[in-house]
Amino acid sequence: MTRTAGAPPIVEVRGLRAWYGPAQILFDIDLTLERGSVVALMGRNGAGKSTTFKAIMGLLGRVEGTIRFEGNDVRGRPAWHMARAGLGYVPEDRRIFTELTVMENLAVGRQPRRDDAPFWTPERVFELFPNLGRMRDRRGGEMSGGEQQMLTVARTLMGNPRAILLDEPSEGVAPVIVEQMASMILDLKREGLSVLLSEQDPGFAGAVSDRACILDRGQIRFDGTMQSLIASPDIGHAYLGL
Amino acid sequence: MTSASLLVQILTGLAGASTLFLTGAGLSLIFGVTRVVNFAHGSLFMVGAYLGWTAGEWLRALLPGSAAGFWLATLLATLGVAALGALLETLILRRIYRAPELFQLLATFAVALVLRDGCLWLWGAEDLLGPRVPGLTGALSVLGVPFPRYDAALIVIGPAVLGLMHLLLTRTHFGVLIRAATQDREMVSALGVIESRLFTSVFAIGAGLAGLAGALQLPREPANLGLDLPAISDAFVVVVIGGLGSLPGAFLAALLISLVKAGCVALGTVELGGYSFAFPRLTLVAEFIVMAIVLVVRPYGLMGRPEGALRGPAASPIRPEPETPRSRALWGLAIAALALLPWIASASPYTTVALVDVFCFALFAMSLFFIMGPGGMHSFGHAAYFGLGAYGAAIVLKATGWSMMWGLLIGPLAGFVGALIFGWFSVRLSGVYLAMLTLAFGQIVWSIIYQWDAVTGGSNGLTGLWPAGWLSTRYPGVTPNAAYYLLTLACVGSAVLVLRRVLDAPFGLAVRAGRDSPLRAESIGINVHRIQWMAFCVAGTAAGLAGVLYAFSKGSIAPDLVHVGRSIDGLVMVLLGGVESLAGPLIGAAAFTLLQDSAGRSFDYWRAATGAAMLVVVLAFPQGLAGLARSIRGRAKA
Ligand SMILES: Nc1ncnc2c1ncn2[C@@H]1O[C@H](COP(=O)(O)OP(=O)(O)O)[C@@H](O)[C@H]1O
Ligand SMILES: [Mg+2]
Repeated sequence: MTRTAGAPPIVEVRGLRAWYGPAQILFDIDLTLERGSVVALMGRNGAGKSTTFKAIMGLLGRVEGTIRFEGNDVRGRPAWHMARAGLGYVPEDRRIFTELTVMENLAVGRQPRRDDAPFWTPERVFELFPNLGRMRDRRGGEMSGGEQQMLTVARTLMGNPRAILLDEPSEGVAPVIVEQMASMILDLKREGLSVLLSEQDPGFAGAVSDRACILDRGQIRFDGTMQSLIASPDIGHAYLGL
Repeated sequence: MTSASLLVQILTGLAGASTLFLTGAGLSLIFGVTRVVNFAHGSLFMVGAYLGWTAGEWLRALLPGSAAGFWLATLLATLGVAALGALLETLILRRIYRAPELFQLLATFAVALVLRDGCLWLWGAEDLLGPRVPGLTGALSVLGVPFPRYDAALIVIGPAVLGLMHLLLTRTHFGVLIRAATQDREMVSALGVIESRLFTSVFAIGAGLAGLAGALQLPREPANLGLDLPAISDAFVVVVIGGLGSLPGAFLAALLISLVKAGCVALGTVELGGYSFAFPRLTLVAEFIVMAIVLVVRPYGLMGRPEGALRGPAASPIRPEPETPRSRALWGLAIAALALLPWIASASPYTTVALVDVFCFALFAMSLFFIMGPGGMHSFGHAAYFGLGAYGAAIVLKATGWSMMWGLLIGPLAGFVGALIFGWFSVRLSGVYLAMLTLAFGQIVWSIIYQWDAVTGGSNGLTGLWPAGWLSTRYPGVTPNAAYYLLTLACVGSAVLVLRRVLDAPFGLAVRAGRDSPLRAESIGINVHRIQWMAFCVAGTAAGLAGVLYAFSKGSIAPDLVHVGRSIDGLVMVLLGGVESLAGPLIGAAAFTLLQDSAGRSFDYWRAATGAAMLVVVLAFPQGLAGLARSIRGRAKA
């Protein structure tokens, strides 16, 4: 994959506001995901990380502001349009299809090959997640939490995305799996994918991300490199409870 | 009964199970993916029968005497109804997937009304006798007892379609998408599946199955305009017993119902300890009894799963507009004007007669609103309490000769007792399952009233229920029914006032808390089931009062008072008015009753007109008529 100088960021969010019913959750969020980079969106529970992802993905009713994907304004587009445009989404609560087998779960995510993104087949996905390859016909509901977490990522990769929104991949899974997730993110980055990651664990975020954004009560409080965040412990203290 | 004829009864049951399964399977499929309870499903079945008839006539001329003509006609009918389903999905349902489920019900019910009159217009009111299928006429002999060949063919078709559907769902990519969407359609969309295309195809398939069932039923039953209601209620029952979204469940349920019915016929009249009981009478309600038992024992149906329960968008909050001096003055003025009406309208006596109807239904609708709006419990059998009130009072008063005023106590009491019993079971369920259990209770009450000739007068009903004395005296200078009119106004007015007060009281807040967040309500010490049960009782009491008032204004009552059609009328009134405000059910009842009254007498296609009006309301003003009025007021203020 070539990186063209001056090309627009793959995901660019400006002045994003979002509501659940009458309650406003996001207040003028600005976010940039450069091509081939990994950005961690951090913040406490309830800060608005998942809501930001859903807003970008077109899964919320009321959203204002600008959302650009590869330079195109995509706000108000339905979720399937975003997925087909090359934006993958891995939700926080996994949401795998429990009645479907591993292979069938992957089939739901399948999209045609794209010239400018890595092409995934079940076999390639199983190279990344060898465990899944050993349980192709197991139903989603009969898998452990960690295996389910891998399956959601794998299912999203089957859509051959150029960027993915990864919502709390380390939440509630065993440390071994967390390590696997971290190395998987770095693998994807090496393949040229851009990743917007929501994360509460600073160790995990620090290990994989280039930049960090900190969200607190629906507002961005910090946006900078991972190093500069580590260098300012008061920010971590104030917004992440470190 | 010989074992041979028992066997034939069972086989006949199995044949019936096939069409029952096909209709239910379509409904289940559509519900599973789109989460829309398609009330028009019975109408699609009916259209299938009519299309099958037309195509059959047409092909019989082309291919005389050939069985291929019938099967081809059946195929054409299936495809035609599938196309109709796709059309309905794109034009109407697609716009309301995110609307509250009640609006979806209202919209599909409106479609049912339009389709029914569409059939009337295209095919006329006469029954159209179906063809005899060449090659399948006559009967086989089963151990010497004749059994129709066509029924034998049906027995094969049901499982065959189940098998095909199973292959479609498990062996094709499209089937995998359907199963995935049945669990989580939002996630399916987020993975790049074009939701609208998937939904349209699923709707078409579901509709096609209903059409197929209708066309297949044709050789057993003529195409007629009464097919839709029984078909939809059967389909609901099958789907609910089987578990929403489960095709094997639907098949099992269809078998179970058909066999229980066959069993009832086979048992005949049984003498037990001096009493004789005619089991065949039970066939009218067998399916509802089975459903009630299944739901009480397995709240999600035989093969359903808890997560298959309705996960619709949260009900919109109902915040009763606070009473202001102005609103109180407006209400006062309206009541005063209505109270003076017998004098004002003395020249047009029909006005107050029509308004008595409106009042009765306003209270009926208000009582339904009470559990539906703030309670979030959709009762599909609310006519039961209306009917219990009417029949309870009528039976006691006829037996004792007491004055009608006692009826004003007995009616509500009967409604209360009914709600006390049915409510206890119903509040244990939620969503569609609750709706179906209430429907089952409604049908059980109906069938008892319909069949218990000695007490309820059976299908003839009870007559001679006139209010005596001062209530029926004609006074000079006022409309003829002035006294009864004023009594109704006073009763309904105070009942509505009481209901409103109850909703504002802590009890009403607890009811709403139970709807919005049962878990949190439980955690702050509210016994949600008990509160909901009490709400049921309050609603049943009010509906019972409406029932007596109605019965004595008409002078006679018949089982149609309790029919499922009446329950649906109530739903339409509430939905038309909007579930978001207390004035809603009153406005909805008035609009509906007056519309039906005037349109029904002057216009053959009043159902279609009502349906079209409802569609406009749903698509354009999803807040109902009362919401419309509010937004106009809001705009005027701005
Ligand atoms: N479906 C919902 N309806 C209403 N409010 C919600 C819903 N989901 C989340 N919220 C609220 O939005 C806020 C942000 O939530 P979320 O984006 O899930 O936070 P995070 O992912 O950072 O933990 C929280 O206050 C939460 O209560
Ligand atoms: Mg979250």
